[in-house]
Amino acid sequence: AGEGPGRDLSVYRDIWVIAQVDAEGALLPVVFELVGKALELAEARGCQVVAVLGEAGRAPRQAERLAATGVAEVIHAVDERLAHADAEVFAQWICALAEERRPETMLFGATAFGRELAPRVAVRLQTGLTADCTALDIDPKTGALLQTRPAFGGNLMATIECPAHRPQMATVRPGVFAAPECVTAGAGAGADLAAGIITQAPLAHEVAPRVAVLGIEPVTGGSIAQAERLVVVGRGIGSKKNLPLMERLAELLHAELGCTRPLVEAGWLDYAHQVGQTGAAVAPKLLVSIGVSGAIQHLAGIGGAETVIAINEDAAAPIFGVADYAVVGDAVKVVTELIAQLEARK
Amino acid sequence: MHIVVCVKAVPSSTEVKMDPVTHTIVRDGRESVVNPFDAAALEVALAIKDERAAAGEGCRVSVLSMGIPATEALLRDGIARGASDALLLSDRAFAGADTLATSYALSCGIRELGSAGMGDAAASGASEQRAAAPGSAAPGTPEGRAAAPGSAAPGAPEHGESAPGSSLPDLILCGKMAVDGDTAQIGPELAGLFDMPCVTDVRELVAIERGRVTVRHATDAGIELVEVPLPAVLTVAKDIAQPRMPSIAGVRAAAGVPVAVLSAACVQADPARSGLAGSPTQVVRSFVPERSDTCEVLEGSVPQQAARIIALAEEAGL
Ligand SMILES: Cc1cc2nc3c(=O)[nH]c(=O)nc-3n(C[C@H](O)[C@H](O)[C@H](O)COP(=O)(O)OP(=O)(O)OC[C@H]3O[C@@H](n4cnc5c(N)ncnc54)[C@H](O)[C@@H]3O)c2cc1C
Ligand SMILES: Cc1cc2nc3c(=O)[nH]c(=O)nc-3n(C[C@H](O)[C@H](O)[C@H](O)COP(=O)(O)OP(=O)(O)OC[C@H]3O[C@@H](n4cnc5c(N)ncnc54)[C@H](O)[C@@H]3O)c2cc1C
Repeated sequence: AGEGPGRDLSVYRDIWVIAQVDAEGALLPVVFELVGKALELAEARGCQVVAVLGEAGRAPRQAERLAATGVAEVIHAVDERLAHADAEVFAQWICALAEERRPETMLFGATAFGRELAPRVAVRLQTGLTADCTALDIDPKTGALLQTRPAFGGNLMATIECPAHRPQMATVRPGVFAAPECVTAGAGAGADLAAGIITQAPLAHEVAPRVAVLGIEPVTGGSIAQAERLVVVGRGIGSKKNLPLMERLAELLHAELGCTRPLVEAGWLDYAHQVGQTGAAVAPKLLVSIGVSGAIQHLAGIGGAETVIAINEDAAAPIFGVADYAVVGDAVKVVTELIAQLEARK
Repeated sequence: MHIVVCVKAVPSSTEVKMDPVTHTIVRDGRESVVNPFDAAALEVALAIKDERAAAGEGCRVSVLSMGIPATEALLRDGIARGASDALLLSDRAFAGADTLATSYALSCGIRELGSAGMGDAAASGASEQRAAAPGSAAPGTPEGRAAAPGSAAPGAPEHGESAPGSSLPDLILCGKMAVDGDTAQIGPELAGLFDMPCVTDVRELVAIERGRVTVRHATDAGIELVEVPLPAVLTVAKDIAQPRMPSIAGVRAAAGVPVAVLSAACVQADPARSGLAGSPTQVVRSFVPERSDTCEVLEGSVPQQAARIIALAEEAGL
């Protein structure tokens, strides 16, 4: 900290991925997405990927699992003080490591925790942090990270660099990058990856949590961010009474149900279903979009979808600009027919 | 008790223009509003102030912004709603700030609000308003910590770096995010600068007493009930509170209250840590997202269309 521009950037190397576990202690899917992207960037840059995992050891062998993703090293600590997602505690641990080992780049998942932890680390290290990136590129020569993110509710994309400070830091929304199979499958599963080494790096004993957790109401329902198939509905479905029809379609397609923001605001569906800039970023193989206009704030959340089929009665709806297949027609009519055909298959 | 609410002026619509050369937002002539998350944060602070007033205790609520001179009107509106005093940091030296430089500037403003001079200014300025709200303590009484330079309040910062003659507030409230920049980084960065605990995405303030604050907030695991010692930083969700409207007496009182508008030098901000110069990140390119035009229209009757959709779903693993 406090070195300011002009500091010697050449002493910084490698890409760090900061791992996060869920309440049961298992690695979050976004960790694998980040490792996949980091491996790609590291190959271009000619450096290594290091994963950083602080946990309380609730689930067995998470460090080993991470070491088998193709990373060169896992920096690991098991400590009760890391049981709760306490950004202040994690920041002290990570900053001490970063000051000693000087990573060139640090990537965090833009989860609720990552979005609190990353700025705490950035301010301690007095460096730059780009939020919610949807694309990352690297300059192989300088190692400069080109970080692209939406702003103004997705009306504008900005590419951001951090030219004179290291580490350069970014958070990335879950679902933006797809985790390559070799990363999720791990060493030994077809890919000839050697497992990375695991280095234990304990948390300093003077670090004391100040946040006391008195209780928790767990979240319920499947996560649309991780869904393989998704039905996303908008205002064009007409009224709330058509919702069961859409739910039935989702069920028959083995899909999760997502929606646009006006439906959340009208109380038709919970916020957990909202797709877009201020909702979830999704990355399904198939996305069926029904009665959605395709406002830029909504599109900001579906960039990761592989195949998009859009149903809208307006041939000029912006959603068709990002769709692979278009059905110009009435939402209820098309969905009713889809349900009939799918039910007939059984 | 002293609460600082950080308030950002944001464009009233998200249809924005960027300067193609400097990659900064073109603000001139555009109508600005208070970031809706910050309006909710102010309401939370004012509710605490009301509650303490009813119990015969004091509470000073300061609104703080870094922005263009026109932001003064939004701060005055905050006073009309019941804030005790306001500080606007406005200077070309602050322009082009990323979140690191913004949080630094705000930290200088927060220190300034805690200095003896600011407390006095607020005390004289807010006198009319105090008359309108009996029971609320003057931000010059021992309760307003600004009046007791260097005094350590209960549960006061052992960790916080406190400038001599200045005291830190008990609570710093921010919005969860600003609707334009949308990084949600300012709150945690401020907490880091003051070495305070931070709770983000607060949905409900349950209690604030005996040097601790208890809140419900959204996390990846669910809604958590947590308690942290004061001083602390909280960032709040938009629906945590419905902002009140200014009262007629409030508007009248606010008209007479000077909003302090200070330059970088006035708050002793290090030029190397301010504005563009103090910003590690740089926007190197900005563009309107492009769209693909490789869309195939599924023609035919509705049953034919449905059959194609099912075939595509099968390709995707159904
Ligand atoms: C800061 C900000 C953040 C935002 N974040 C999000 C976000 O995260 N997610 C989000 O979704 N939105 C978000 N929005 C809102 C966004 O701008 C749009 O208002 C919203 O996405 C529109 O939802 P919609 O497509 O359901 O409704 P509409 O725009 O009303 O579109 C309805 C569509 O249905 C079609 N239609 C009507 N009748 C039929 C029919 N019978 N059959 C077939 N089609 C029909 C219409 O042609 C139209 O295209 C945000 C806005 C702002 C300002
Ligand atoms: C297109 C674009 C992209 C950007 N991307 C990044 C980026 O990735 N990283 C980065 O570091 N900077 C970025 N910036 C700069 C950033 O928007 C500014 O630093 C801004 O001043 C604060 O960030 P925010 O709007 O994201 O605030 P947030 O962190 O989202 O705001 C949270 C809360 O902090 C308080 N707050 C924020 N700003 C002020 C203020 N000026 N006065 C008073 N209170 C305030 C409010 O309470 C607000 O609710 C970007 C700017 C643009 C134009």
